[in-house]
Order: sequence, then C-alpha cells, then structure tokens
Amino acid sequence: MSVPPSDPVPAEALELRESASRERREKLSSFLSDWQAVAGLVLVVAFFASAIFAPWLAPYDPNAMDIPARMSGPSWDHIAGTDQLGRDTFSRILHGGRVALYIAAIGVSASLVVGLVLGMIAGYGPRWLDNLLLLLFDAVRSFPAVILALATVALTGPSLTVVLAIVIITTIPSYARVARTATMALRHTEFILAERSLGASTPRILFHHVMPNVIGPLLILAAMEVPVVVSIEAGLSFLGIGVLPPQASWGTILNEGYLVIRDTPWMVIAGGIPLILTTLGFTFLGEALRDLFDPRMGRGR
Amino acid sequence: MLNYLLKRLGLAALVVMAVLLLLFSMLHMIPGNPAILALGTRATPEAIAAYSERMHLDEPVLTQFIFFLGNAVQGDLGNDVFSNRPVTAVIGERIGFTLALICTGMGWAVLLGVPLGCLAAVRPGTWIDRITGVFSVGMIAVPSFLVSIWALLLFSLHLRWLPAIGAGEPGDLSDQLSHLILPAFAIGLGWVGYLARMVRASMLEVMGEPYIRSARAFGLKPRRIVLGYALRVAILPTITLIGMGFGGLISSAVFAEIIFSRPGVGKMIFDAVSDRNFPIVQGGVLVATGFYILVVLFSDLLIAWLDPRVRASL
Repeated sequence: MSVPPSDPVPAEALELRESASRERREKLSSFLSDWQAVAGLVLVVAFFASAIFAPWLAPYDPNAMDIPARMSGPSWDHIAGTDQLGRDTFSRILHGGRVALYIAAIGVSASLVVGLVLGMIAGYGPRWLDNLLLLLFDAVRSFPAVILALATVALTGPSLTVVLAIVIITTIPSYARVARTATMALRHTEFILAERSLGASTPRILFHHVMPNVIGPLLILAAMEVPVVVSIEAGLSFLGIGVLPPQASWGTILNEGYLVIRDTPWMVIAGGIPLILTTLGFTFLGEALRDLFDPRMGRGR
Repeated sequence: MLNYLLKRLGLAALVVMAVLLLLFSMLHMIPGNPAILALGTRATPEAIAAYSERMHLDEPVLTQFIFFLGNAVQGDLGNDVFSNRPVTAVIGERIGFTLALICTGMGWAVLLGVPLGCLAAVRPGTWIDRITGVFSVGMIAVPSFLVSIWALLLFSLHLRWLPAIGAGEPGDLSDQLSHLILPAFAIGLGWVGYLARMVRASMLEVMGEPYIRSARAFGLKPRRIVLGYALRVAILPTITLIGMGFGGLISSAVFAEIIFSRPGVGKMIFDAVSDRNFPIVQGGVLVATGFYILVVLFSDLLIAWLDPRVRASL
C-alpha cells in the first residue's frame, strides 16, 4: 500500500460524501414538494394510527347492538350511521382497519421474504432450478386471485387464514420476479466474482452481498402491493369467504351493506371510503418512492 | 417465428399441466376422504362408492392423476352433483355471459385509454395530460368491486337509469345490452387510467428515439408519425400488460357477476362453493385459468409477431 497510514481522508472522498448528503437533501425536498407524495404519506400515517388506536378512538363498542337505532344515516350520535343491528358503522370501520393492517403487515412481509429468497435462488442458482421456479410462478399466476380463493374455500371453508394464504401465494411471484432479475444482473459483477473466488459460500453471497442490493426495489414494490393486499382481503370478506361476522372488516361492512342496499345506502358508502383512502395513500406513496429511487421507471414528468 | 411459437406453446402446455396438478392435489392435500370432501353433506355410502369408482380413488395417486388428466383432456370434467349434467354443458351455458362482459369491459377501456394516453404524450404538461395523470392513479386505486357496488347504488337504485340484476331477457338484445352496461363500466374503469398511463409512458420514450426524429426530418405529417410509427412500437408493452391484466379482469368479472347477479361463470363458481358442488368449482376454475393462460399466450405471440427482437429472447 502506497498510502501512508497517517494520511487523512482524501479530499475526493469528502467531496463524495458531501455530494451524497446534498443529493439526499434534494431528494427529501423534492419528495416534500410533490403533493401526491405528501398526501400519500398523510393517508398512510392516518391508516396506521387509526388501526393501532382503534379501541381508544372508536366512540362505541363495534359489536354493541342498538336495534331501535338500526340503519340510520349519518348523525351526531353516529357519524357514519348504523347497520341493520344498530351497530355504529364508524366504530366498525376503525376496528375493520385493524384487520386490514394485520393482513397487510403479515401478508406483505411474508410474501416479500419468500419472494426474495425464491427470486435470489432462481437468479443465482443453476439454470434448471431457475426454469422450474419460473414455471411454478407462471402456474401460480395463472390463477386469478379470487378464483384461487374460491377453489380453496370450497375445500377448507372461509377463514382469515385462507385470506392470508391467498394473499401470500398470489403476491409471491411479483417479488420473486423482481428479485430474480436484480440478482441475475448482479451475478457476474466483479465484487460477486471476487467473493466467489475467495471461497464464500452461496448462502453467504446471497444474504450478505446480493440481498442488500436487491432489497430496495422490493421495498418499493411492497408499498405498491399493500393496496392489492388490502383489496383482496376486503373483496374476499365482501364475498363472505374471508373474515367472518360478527368481526368487523371493511369487506364485511360492505357485505352487510350490500344485503340492505335497497334500504340504506350509507353502509356501502361508509364502508368503501376507508378502502379507497388507504389504497390511494399507499399508491401515491409507492409511486413517489419509486420516482425518488428509480427515476427511470417514474412518471417521467 | 415457428421456433418461438413452438417454445411458447410448450411453455403454455407445461403451465396448464401445473395448474391441473395443483387443482388435482387440492382435493388430496386436505386430510380426509376426497369423496366425502367433494360430495359434502350428500355423502351417502352409495354416492361415496360411485364417486370413488368414477375418480379411481382406490388406485395409487399417480394413476388417479393420469385418469383425471385423461378425462380433462377429453373434455370430461365430471358431472354436476345436483342435476347430474356434465360440467362442460353447464359451463357452456354460462360462459357467453362472462366473455361478453370481459370483452366489453376491456374493449371500452382500450378505446378510451389508448387515445387518452397518446394525447397526453403528444401534449405533455397540458391540462389533458394532468387530468389523465391524476385520473389514472385515482382509478387504479379503487377496487373494481367497490366501483360495481357504487355504480349499482347510483345508477340503478338511486337514478334508476339501468337495471340492477340479471343479464336481460334471452333474445332481447337491447335488454341484454342495458344489463351489460353497468358491470362492463365497473370492470373497465380502472383500466382506462392504467392503459392511458402505460401508453403515455412508452409513447414519451418512443417519441425521443432517433427514428422518430428522422421521420420528422423527412417532413412526415405529425399524425402519421404518431399513429403509424410511434404507436406501433409504444403499444407493445401495453399489449403485454393487457394480456397479463386479464387475470385481474377475470377477478373483477367474478365480483361484477355476483354483485349484479349476472349468470356467468364467476357467479356459477361462487354459488357452487356455497353449495359445495365441487365438480362445478373444479371445472369453472379450470376454464377460468385456461382462458387466462390462452390470453397471455395470445398476447405473447402477437408481440413476437409485431416485434422481431422478442422472438430471439426466448
């Protein structure tokens, strides 16, 4: 080594660090000046907060019945009206958010992890394994989500577990494909070749060296997948093959509202709004993040 | 092209096999006697014996799968548990309603979304571009079943413009069309924005290519450049997207059929699930996935035909 040990940090390195932090500041300010990004962030934070603090925020017990006040429209006592058993719709919406958050958190993280591992194996492993995994992904993706759910429920009966399983199985291929493509691009880069020639094991290469470079796009994809997952849960619960009554979920509120749609419009209106706000929030946020970190894929404005 | 065609067909056949295997193994992955599972509450000893005989349940699993496969290939998907009619006949009655719905839904979305995307790309930054941008993100975010419910509420129950339930009187075309409008509107709405966005993005990319600049330099009319040269290339990713998107469209159609009580395949599967009519469920699922696989195959072949670069990649 020609550099003496007492040499201070080279000027170029300092400059590089400086420019990196400048870039970060610029990214943050461009994020904050984008109204869609800020709206997305606000909606997402509201979703998390309302779901987590639902028991304290809800004005009523979500399952407390008040038959004389059944199917009433919005009023000061019940800001989103009541359902056919006189339960307060607003409280049920808040508690339904917990189901959505639960499914989104577990579903998205599980399929992200499995998709990441399978994708890295497909991208790094031997050709036959890659082909086999691709075939498997194609087969799974050939089932439209609802069709797969109906086929499963025909055998097992409806439950939250089925919803989770469907969510995880149907979304794994999209993570796996992204991870696979990114891994293949890395496969022949010099630092991976160097690791290999140093004798690093395959798991070590994958989890210590490939994963940090692959995880970024996957996290953005995860934000974009939350609306998909939340919609699947709401949709299946709406069909009566997901969350079971009396538990409140946005889907069951819509289901019960649909049954009485000729008597009161308020339940299907109130049940749909949180669903739209949540999917809109995550979509806006995901797009803003993608524009920030991968301008090539962005909205191109 | 022939080489690509053969490879792609082989791949599709493999995927169909895998789907059949998944469908077959579902009955066997659940602990318990498959006959009792499939027959549900109607499982009398005679029915179980007949079903076991028919499905060769006393043979090894692999043999059963081969029988299942052979029957499926010959178009025998078993019989409806209630009416004992062949599943294929039941599906044949229903599939027209579903195909009409899906084609109309996708059709109006393409007819509106693609020109919108072109307009937005040709005039970036104008009001039409901005409205398209916001509209498209907003529409993508709304689940289609919610559009169906709200459309039913607004247009059928509140305004009373359109019928709410069923598919119309058989033979009365205008009645059938009026029953088609709302579900087709609901399943296509999200696609308008999605397509517009996709076309806009790939159009912007293509419009920057040197060959478009050459076309301009030759003095070709802008309309001709956009429609004849740019769109031809820019439409390719959109075709893939439409092909892949049919899966989501089938899901939307299932919801729309249930919400509007339209007697299509989706409604059939849904009712069969509540009745535990397993042969119908299995047949319906097979038809739905098979249809989706065919659409993706067709869109891939169409792209390979339009774009020589793709043929070399597989």
